[in-house]
Amino acid sequence: MEKKKGMSLLEKQSRAGWIFLAPATLMIAIMSFWPMISAFITSLKTGSSANMEWASPIFYNYTRMFADQLFLRSVGNTFLYLAIQVPIMLVLAILLAQLLNNKDLKLKGFFRTCVFLPCATALVSYSLIFKSLFATEGLINTILVNIGILSENYNFLGNAASAKAVIIIALIWRWTGYNMVFYLAGLQNIEYSVYEAAKIDGANGWKTFWGITVPLLKPTIIMTFIMSINGTLQLFDESINLTNGGPAFSTITMSHYIYNNTFGTGVANFGYATAMAFFVFIMVGILALINMKVGDTRD
Amino acid sequence: MTEKKNRSMIQRRLIPTYIFLAIVSFISVFPFYWMVSAATNTSFDVAQGRILPGGNLGVNFENLIGGQNLWGAMGNSFLYAVVQTVIALLICSLAGFGFELYHDKKKDMVFTILLLAMMIPGVATMIPLFKMIAGMNMLNTVWGFILPAISTPFLIMMFRQNSRNFPIDVMEAARIDGLTEIQIFFRMYMPMMKSTYAAAAVITFMNAWNAYLWPKVIMTDTNAQTMPMLIANMAAGYTTDYGLLMLGVLFCSVPTMIVFFVLQKQFAEGITGAVK
Repeated sequence: MEKKKGMSLLEKQSRAGWIFLAPATLMIAIMSFWPMISAFITSLKTGSSANMEWASPIFYNYTRMFADQLFLRSVGNTFLYLAIQVPIMLVLAILLAQLLNNKDLKLKGFFRTCVFLPCATALVSYSLIFKSLFATEGLINTILVNIGILSENYNFLGNAASAKAVIIIALIWRWTGYNMVFYLAGLQNIEYSVYEAAKIDGANGWKTFWGITVPLLKPTIIMTFIMSINGTLQLFDESINLTNGGPAFSTITMSHYIYNNTFGTGVANFGYATAMAFFVFIMVGILALINMKVGDTRD
Repeated sequence: MTEKKNRSMIQRRLIPTYIFLAIVSFISVFPFYWMVSAATNTSFDVAQGRILPGGNLGVNFENLIGGQNLWGAMGNSFLYAVVQTVIALLICSLAGFGFELYHDKKKDMVFTILLLAMMIPGVATMIPLFKMIAGMNMLNTVWGFILPAISTPFLIMMFRQNSRNFPIDVMEAARIDGLTEIQIFFRMYMPMMKSTYAAAAVITFMNAWNAYLWPKVIMTDTNAQTMPMLIANMAAGYTTDYGLLMLGVLFCSVPTMIVFFVLQKQFAEGITGAVK
């Protein structure tokens, strides 16, 4: 009898747990999982939003995007940002974390705050700051002309290669400190004595960096990599506010192109746009999986 | 004596490090200085590359509130961000509490499934969510803004991880004292998890304030627009008054910068919160 009472108490508690997690779980189901299923269904349809029909052939929207030069260009741009910006940013972030994790360093807090500060800006804000800095009549041009590197003002945002470079520089500026925070947290878990021992063994800074810091931070590195991939594949604010995708769509990102196909200037085409969005989702998933597989080389 | 010598030698060897950190710090901070400085200059001076602050702040401010619904957008952004933060913290902490302290196999499995939602890009759910919110007549409302964002796997994970520090003995003692499970949550759990709440609040507020794509999709009425939308629209014109624009950017940045400087520790914890 008493045992039975105890069981029902446990059951009661377990039920309380379900009630506590129910609102959040339901919200994610309704606001993330269901829209994802709904998006997939929409991606198999064509026509404007009011009267959509099943596409024929059913994967028409998917085959269409691989013949869409503009979409392919947006994919290329996004992957270019990913391939150049993410490695530079992550190496810089680890390096900064390593330097700031030095016991003998003074002004540590000051340096950390400075490097971390760019995270305090909205993505739109820093895009606009960089837009004005790199404008033809902007500060960077004035400086470069005055010190004689440029003979006349250069239209950084009006040329494909330099516009891409500005976006990459801006991204590195905004996100390096953010990633550094993860590495600093990770480094604090590494015993300082490990470094002392390495020093006694005669390892120099470079050797300790590759021999101790990087291997011990591996889980953190994988996580920041996945986050950066996820973020870069969804780039939107910078593309729309810094360059507006231009000149001639040379800097447009996937998310920006998808937006243009729904709420932007072009004709709204929900079916095609969701098909492209689904493609982004699959890319994020594949790259995250590869990352975890590559990272998981224990034993 | 030798130790002192040793110490100065260490500092001398750190000189390249100091130089490198000083350069990186300068690059990190300069755009902020420039934003503030440009906000006080005329568009002409900004285009001339003037670095020093000027005397045009008053004129820029008058033009800004004259030409833009600045206070409206600031108010909207505050309202959306605060409401989202309060509701998200309540719902997600309750879930983190439930997942960790009442955990069993089934709940762990549900949690793992929820984590998959982290991989879903915002742009993929944008169209179905827009239709859903429009169908519920919630365009241009705070509810339309917050509904997709009040339950995130990140926050749930953060509260779940940090709940491991919550002592089981306290729960047992509270039960013996006759507290119900929900009372334990409000009276014991919430006060004890204060620092986790602080970190979660900072990161949620920042994300809500900075959101751009989603409000751009659902806030079709200019009276409902947010600060990031306002400054983005200011910059989208053919001729841009950069002094005026930078003042707008400054207004958009002030709240998040205050949060950053006052609550930097909580902000850092908020970013890394779920990965302990």
